[in-house]
Amino acid sequence: MALAQQSSPHTRRARSTSNVMLWVMLATLPGLLAQVVFFGWGNLINVLWCIALAVGAEAAMLRLRKRPVMFFLRDNTAALTGLLLGLSLPPLAPFWVSAVAVLAAIILAKQLYGGLGSNPFNPAMVGYALVLISFPVAMTTNWAAPGLFGDSAPGFWETLRIIAAGQQSTVDAFTMATPLDYYKHNISSQTATEVLQHPSFGEGIAKGWEWVNAGFLAGGAVLLWMRLITWHIPVSLLAGLAIMSLAFGSNPDLYAPLSMHLLAGGTMLGAFFIATDPVSAATSHQGKLIYGAGIGVLIYLIRTWGAYPDAVAFGVLLMNFAVPFIDYYTPPRTYGHRKPRRGLPGRNQG
Amino acid sequence: MTQLWDFSGGIHPDENKHLSTARPIEQPSLPDRLILPLQQHIGAPAETCVSVGERVLKGQVIATVTDAIGVPVHAPTSGTIEAISMHPVPHPSGMSDQCIILVPDGLDEWTERDAIADYHSMDRDAILERIRDYGVAGLGGAGFPTNIKLRPPRDRKVSTLILNGAECEPYITADDMTMRERADEIVSGLRIMAWILRPERCVIAIEDNKPEAIKAVKKATENTRTEVVVIPTRYPSGGEKQLIQILTGMEVPSGGIPADIGVMCQNTGTAIAVSRAIHRGEPLISRVTTITGRALSNPGTYDVLLGTPIEHLLAQAGVDKQQLNRLILGGPMMGYTLETPGIPVVKTTNCVIAATAEELPAPPPEQPCIRCGMCAEACPMELLPQQLFWHSRAGELEKAEHLNLFDCIECGVCSYVCPSSIPLVQYYRAAKGEIRVQQAEHLKADRARERFEARQARLEREQQEKEQRKKDRAKAAAEAQAKKQAETEIAEAGGQPADDRAAKSTLVEEALARKKAKAAAKTANEATSPNTAVADAAPLDLEALEKQLSQATAKLNTMQSMLEDAKAESADNVEKLERAVAKNHDRVKRAEQALAEARN
Repeated sequence: MALAQQSSPHTRRARSTSNVMLWVMLATLPGLLAQVVFFGWGNLINVLWCIALAVGAEAAMLRLRKRPVMFFLRDNTAALTGLLLGLSLPPLAPFWVSAVAVLAAIILAKQLYGGLGSNPFNPAMVGYALVLISFPVAMTTNWAAPGLFGDSAPGFWETLRIIAAGQQSTVDAFTMATPLDYYKHNISSQTATEVLQHPSFGEGIAKGWEWVNAGFLAGGAVLLWMRLITWHIPVSLLAGLAIMSLAFGSNPDLYAPLSMHLLAGGTMLGAFFIATDPVSAATSHQGKLIYGAGIGVLIYLIRTWGAYPDAVAFGVLLMNFAVPFIDYYTPPRTYGHRKPRRGLPGRNQG
Repeated sequence: MTQLWDFSGGIHPDENKHLSTARPIEQPSLPDRLILPLQQHIGAPAETCVSVGERVLKGQVIATVTDAIGVPVHAPTSGTIEAISMHPVPHPSGMSDQCIILVPDGLDEWTERDAIADYHSMDRDAILERIRDYGVAGLGGAGFPTNIKLRPPRDRKVSTLILNGAECEPYITADDMTMRERADEIVSGLRIMAWILRPERCVIAIEDNKPEAIKAVKKATENTRTEVVVIPTRYPSGGEKQLIQILTGMEVPSGGIPADIGVMCQNTGTAIAVSRAIHRGEPLISRVTTITGRALSNPGTYDVLLGTPIEHLLAQAGVDKQQLNRLILGGPMMGYTLETPGIPVVKTTNCVIAATAEELPAPPPEQPCIRCGMCAEACPMELLPQQLFWHSRAGELEKAEHLNLFDCIECGVCSYVCPSSIPLVQYYRAAKGEIRVQQAEHLKADRARERFEARQARLEREQQEKEQRKKDRAKAAAEAQAKKQAETEIAEAGGQPADDRAAKSTLVEEALARKKAKAAAKTANEATSPNTAVADAAPLDLEALEKQLSQATAKLNTMQSMLEDAKAESADNVEKLERAVAKNHDRVKRAEQALAEARN
C-alpha cells in the first residue's frame, strides 16, 4: 500500500486558469454580437483570424522555447489575446494588419518576456498600439465602422474579400470615421448639434457603438457576478473618465459629452476585458483603484488633447508601467497590524 | 442576539461531515499495543519513569516532565511496558521518536482516582498544578499545555473566554459529536476554566452547520450566563484569530497572543479533559477522533485511547486497502499525509481521513501565476499571497517578510482557490523555514564573533597583567639590589659622609670603580678560577636570565596560538599578531644568547 504524499491543502476548487479564460472569452459574446449586427461581419472574421494566428504563434514560440506546447496552449490565454485584438481592431482592417498586431502581442509582448504571467504589458494592447501608431488614419477611418446603411453594407463574403485583399484604402464606400474621431475633428468648427447631424451618430449617442458598449458592459457584469474579476478596476476606470469629463468637458460645443466617452469607442471593452488583465494590472484593491482611475484619466486626456481619437490602449500601457510602483505602495493592512507595510523592506516599517 | 463581526476572505469547501456523524461516538476495541510518544505536543519531551517489563495501571504516570513546559504521559489502560524505543510518530516529516510501548492486559484496571469534591475551596495554583499533572494539553491545535495557557501573563486580564466549537474544517466531526453527546461535561470544564480566569464573558462558538450540537450545548447552558453563539459556516472561522475577530471584532496583534486583547480560546475537548481531571480524577488518556474517508466502509467518530495505532482504527472502520490512496492526519485543508498507518493517535489527533484517489485527486500540474488575485480575495489574514509567492520563489525573502509572510496561518485557502494549481502554502512553508535557518545562522555567527572578541579581550588583559607583574617584580628586585649594594658600600666606606650629596657621589664613584675592578677581575680570573669574584654574581644573573627566557618563550607561545586563532577566523589583526610573534621570537633568541653567554 503506497500512500500518496502531498502537502496541504488536499482539496481544491475546480476552477482552473483555462476555465477562467474560457469564461472571459464567452463573456465577450454579447459585445461581439452587437459588433456584427451594427458593423458587419468584419469583427467576427477578425476575431477568428486573430485567434487562429495567436494560438499558432504561441505554439511556435513554446516550441522554440522548449516548453510543453499542449500544456500551455490549454490555458486559453493566447486565444483570449487573439480574441481581444479581433474585437479591438477596426472591422475592415486588412489581414496583414491584424497579423502584425497578433504576432507583436504573442511573440514580442508575451513570449519574449517569458510567457504567461511574466509579461509586464498587456499583450493585446501592445499589438494594438503598434498598428495604431503605424497606421493612425486608416485605423480610425478607412477600415473603421462601416456604415450599415441599407443595401450598401458588405455581406460576409464581400467582407472577407476586402479583408483578405489587404488594400489600404479601397473601402471608402463603406467606411467612415469613428464617432469619437469625427466629433473631435469637427467640434472646433461646428456646434454640437451640427456635429451630431452626421450619420455616424445615428439616433442615439453614437450609432451602434452604444449597443456594442452595452454588450461589453453586460459581459463584464457576468464576469463580476462570477467573481472572475473584481469591481475595482472597471469602476475606478469609468469613474476616472467620468470625473475628468464632468470637470473639463461639460460644454458639448467644445468637447465630446460624457455619454460619448462612456458609450462610443472602446471604453467598456477596455474597462471590463482589457484593463482587468490580471497579469499586467495592479494587485491589491487599493492598487487596482489607482490603476483603473489612472487609465480613465489618461483615456480622457489623450482623447481630448492628444493626437488619437481613442486611447484605451495607451492608457492601459502607460499604467502598466506604473504597476510595480503602485504595488509597492498599496499593500493591504494585514490582520493584526496597525497599518499596511508600504514601500520596500527596511523603510516605513509599520 | 450577540453581535457578530466579519473576517476577511474565507471559502466554502465541500464539508463531507455527514460521513462520520451517522452513528454516536463509538469505543474501538483494545489494540494489541499502545504506542505513547514521550513528546506529544509543544514543550519538553517527558522522561520515562517506568522500566521495561513493569506492569502499570490505567491512569498511572509513565513519563514525567520536570521542566515547566510540558505535561506527563499516563498509561491509557493497564498492561505491561514492552519496550521504550524509537517508533514513527505523528509528524509531517514522518520521523521517529522515543515512545513507550504498552501491551494491554485487557483488565483495564484503574489506578487510584482522587476526584476533587469542591475545587472552589482550593487554591487556583493547585488546580492548575493538577491540570498539568493530569496531562491536559490543548486538544484542538498544537497541544499547548493547558495549565500554562490558563495562566496568562500577570498584566493580561482575560475578559472573554471562548470555547471553540466552530470546527470549520471539512470532514472533521470530533468536536461536533462531542458537543452533541457530552455538552454537560464541556460546560463543567468551562466553569472550572472560568473560575480560574474570572472572565466577564464566556462564549461557546459553533458554526451553523451543526444544529444538533447547538441544541445540546444550548440545553446544557440553560440558566447560565454562558453565551452560545452560532456563527456562519465559512472556513477558516475556527482559526483562533478569525474566531476572535468574529466574536469580538478585535484583532490579535501580529506576533502577540489573544490574551494581549483580553481573550482566550480553548477547545471543547480540552474543557472535557479539564473537567475529568478535576471531577473524576482521570488524566487525559483518550480523545474523540474522527475516522473518515471514502476508503472506509464504516466511517465514524471514536473515543480512542491515546497511543492506539491508526491502522487499528482503520481496520475497525472497515478500510478497503485497494481503494485507500491518501491517508491524512487532520483535515483536508491543514492536515498532512502519513507514510505509514502504524503511527499512534496522540493528544492532538482530531481526524484521520482515508481517502480514495477519486475523493481527493492529485492536484493538476502547477501553471504559471497570472496574478488573478483570487488568493488575496480569499486570504483570511489579508495578505497578498501571490506577491508572497513571487518573492518566496525568487528567494527574495526580505521582501516576503516585509509583506508579513510570518502572519500566514497556513490555512490553505489560497492554494484551494488558485486556478493555476500552485501549492502556495508549500512555498510559504519553505520560505519560512529558509528564513528561520538564516536567522539561526545569523545568531550563531553573532555568538561566535562575540565569543572571539571576548577571548581576545581576555588574552590581552592577561597579557597586560602578566607584564605588569613582571615589571613590578623587576622593579622590586632592582630596588632591593640597589639598597643592598648601597648598604654594603656604605659599610665598606667605613665612615659617615659629611652630607648626603657628597655621600651619594662617592657612592656612585665607588660603585663605578668597583664595577671596573670586577670586570677586570672577571677577565683575569676567567681562565683560572671561576669561583672567585664572579661566583657570587653569576647565580643571580643566571636565574634572572632563565626567568626572562621562560617568560619570553611563554609569551611567544601565547602570541603564536593567538595568531593561529586569528588566522583560523580570518580576523583583521593577523598582521599585527604576526609582527608580535616575530618580535617575541627575537626576544627569545636574545634571552637564549644571553643565558648561554652567562653560563659560559
